[in-house]
Amino acid sequence: MHYVNFSILSKIFVSNVYLCLLPLLLYGSQIVAQNNCTTIAELIEIDTGIYVRPGQHGMGFEVDNIANVGFIVGEKCVAVIDTGGSYEEGQALSCALKQVTQKPVCYVINTHVHPDHMLGNLAFKQEGIIFVGHAKLPRAMAILGPTYLQRASEYAGRALSEKHIVLPDQVVEDQMELDLGGRTLVLTAQPTAHTETDLSIYDQATNTLWLADLLFMEHIPVVAGSLDGWLRVIEHLKASPAECVVPGHGPVHAQWPDSATNMLRYLTTLQTETRAWIADGGDIQGAQEHIGISESKHWKLFDNLHKRNVISAYTEIEWE
Amino acid sequence: MQQKSISTLLTHASAYFIAVLIAIPNVLIAGDDPDATWNDGLREHYFSDKTISETGDVIDLEAPVRAENGAVVPIRILSQIPQTEDRFIKTVTLLIDENPIPWAGTFHFTPRSGRADIDLRIRVNSYSNVRAIAETNDGELHMTSRFVKASGGCSAPVGSDLEAAMARLGKMKFRSKPAAGLNEPIQTQLAISHPNVTGMQMDQVTMLYAPAHFVKEVKVSFEGDLIFSAETDISISENPNFKFFFVPQQEGELIAEVTDSNGLQFSQVYKVGPDSILDRIADQVEQDAGKDKI
Repeated sequence: MHYVNFSILSKIFVSNVYLCLLPLLLYGSQIVAQNNCTTIAELIEIDTGIYVRPGQHGMGFEVDNIANVGFIVGEKCVAVIDTGGSYEEGQALSCALKQVTQKPVCYVINTHVHPDHMLGNLAFKQEGIIFVGHAKLPRAMAILGPTYLQRASEYAGRALSEKHIVLPDQVVEDQMELDLGGRTLVLTAQPTAHTETDLSIYDQATNTLWLADLLFMEHIPVVAGSLDGWLRVIEHLKASPAECVVPGHGPVHAQWPDSATNMLRYLTTLQTETRAWIADGGDIQGAQEHIGISESKHWKLFDNLHKRNVISAYTEIEWE
Repeated sequence: MQQKSISTLLTHASAYFIAVLIAIPNVLIAGDDPDATWNDGLREHYFSDKTISETGDVIDLEAPVRAENGAVVPIRILSQIPQTEDRFIKTVTLLIDENPIPWAGTFHFTPRSGRADIDLRIRVNSYSNVRAIAETNDGELHMTSRFVKASGGCSAPVGSDLEAAMARLGKMKFRSKPAAGLNEPIQTQLAISHPNVTGMQMDQVTMLYAPAHFVKEVKVSFEGDLIFSAETDISISENPNFKFFFVPQQEGELIAEVTDSNGLQFSQVYKVGPDSILDRIADQVEQDAGKDKI
């Protein structure tokens, strides 16, 4: 499995020391034999009772643990936040969870529809665990799910079935509070931003905002919802009292709102240049070759995903 | 008209039929023959045993080697012959071999088209050949194909913001590039706001959601003459977008009429005059969109 590079982590933590707590503990570096556990995900406790399994940068289905996933422990029970890109990743997270707490999982929250965040759901599926997602998540899973299963087959040779797409039992229309016992999570269904199914999760106990893919760091942002909507959502979230956030990709935690600076610059550049390109009569083919190139040095996976973003920007902006 | 809608319906029904026959075990892996789907049924279904030339001197196709976004793959069909009264491309049929419904659409041209070129955006679900088959007015068939690799990750063949598309359902935009003048081909873009939803939902929730809803027919006429028309299906991207040519011989009005799979009809009028031909034309949006909903 992929272990965290401690020297890199310590740099990240030092840079966040003023507003975000230092990590308390590291788990998972020793694999302990446990029932049904062949792999135990590495965890970082970023604040009291908030554990993050750090993702590594890569393309979906080529790598299973590209997203930061994890869980928050209350006095009564645990809320899992995203489950990784495969059943095995979900299981590794579940096994790691059992090492740090005996408390039962009461909720599995999917922050959005993308497979690197929800294809591990099935590992948590059991009586008494409530799956929670954005109000638009069931439809998005239904429409996109079959494609994800096909991709898993094409790219990773995995034969997955519909049971791997676990739909939410409860959906968030606007806001919802989850009581973990002495600890309340506030889930907010965001308007279309990174996707049309984005949830943000605020942990009052630690003043931490789990943003998942509403915030990309290091990894190029992926526009799969609305460029303009995403910029608006981030502006709105800047007013959050949270000092510490958990991005979906990049470091396991970061200061808020400073950590959004790079992403906002990328999204704004994409929007501004695409608007100018379209106003000038430029076509969608040429747009992919010319727009946002100045950003290439700032992002991992730029060559893999930037053109896709330009297409998304173009098809959105031509209807403005 | 009645006759036509029945034949369109049959085409559609049979497309579904063939999709069921061939599209289920359709994941191509390295080493597979990319023409297998075509040779094992598609060709016969659409063209029976007719001779199809592949010399490339009638039609060409530009498509990306890698589909950056499987939901929106821009392609360009380029005719290699002028549209004259004696010889012209009458129809172009577009197939995406490995899509659940390979037939993306059939496009009709006339000598008044000037050029039988079309730019459009398609969905590509997986590694697949994309092929354009032109039929000339003398009945000859000419084919060109390009192999497109659908990109990995979360690049799904459906769009991202269905609500936004539904809120604008039926709105249309015309846009033109500057042309040399009357009697010269002018490239015109018609963008139609429509979710073009595929309806390929998972069984466990199918009951909750509407079935496929897509643009089925597009007709564009200039001063009463049909200059471009198309029958289309769900392999056309959300918010269908077509660029085509026509030759204006006078000032006049372009009228687009669109019918979707739910029977909704939309229309849009666009004035083409000396100013608009010689200068860039501002978008004329919304003026008639959706007025003919039935």
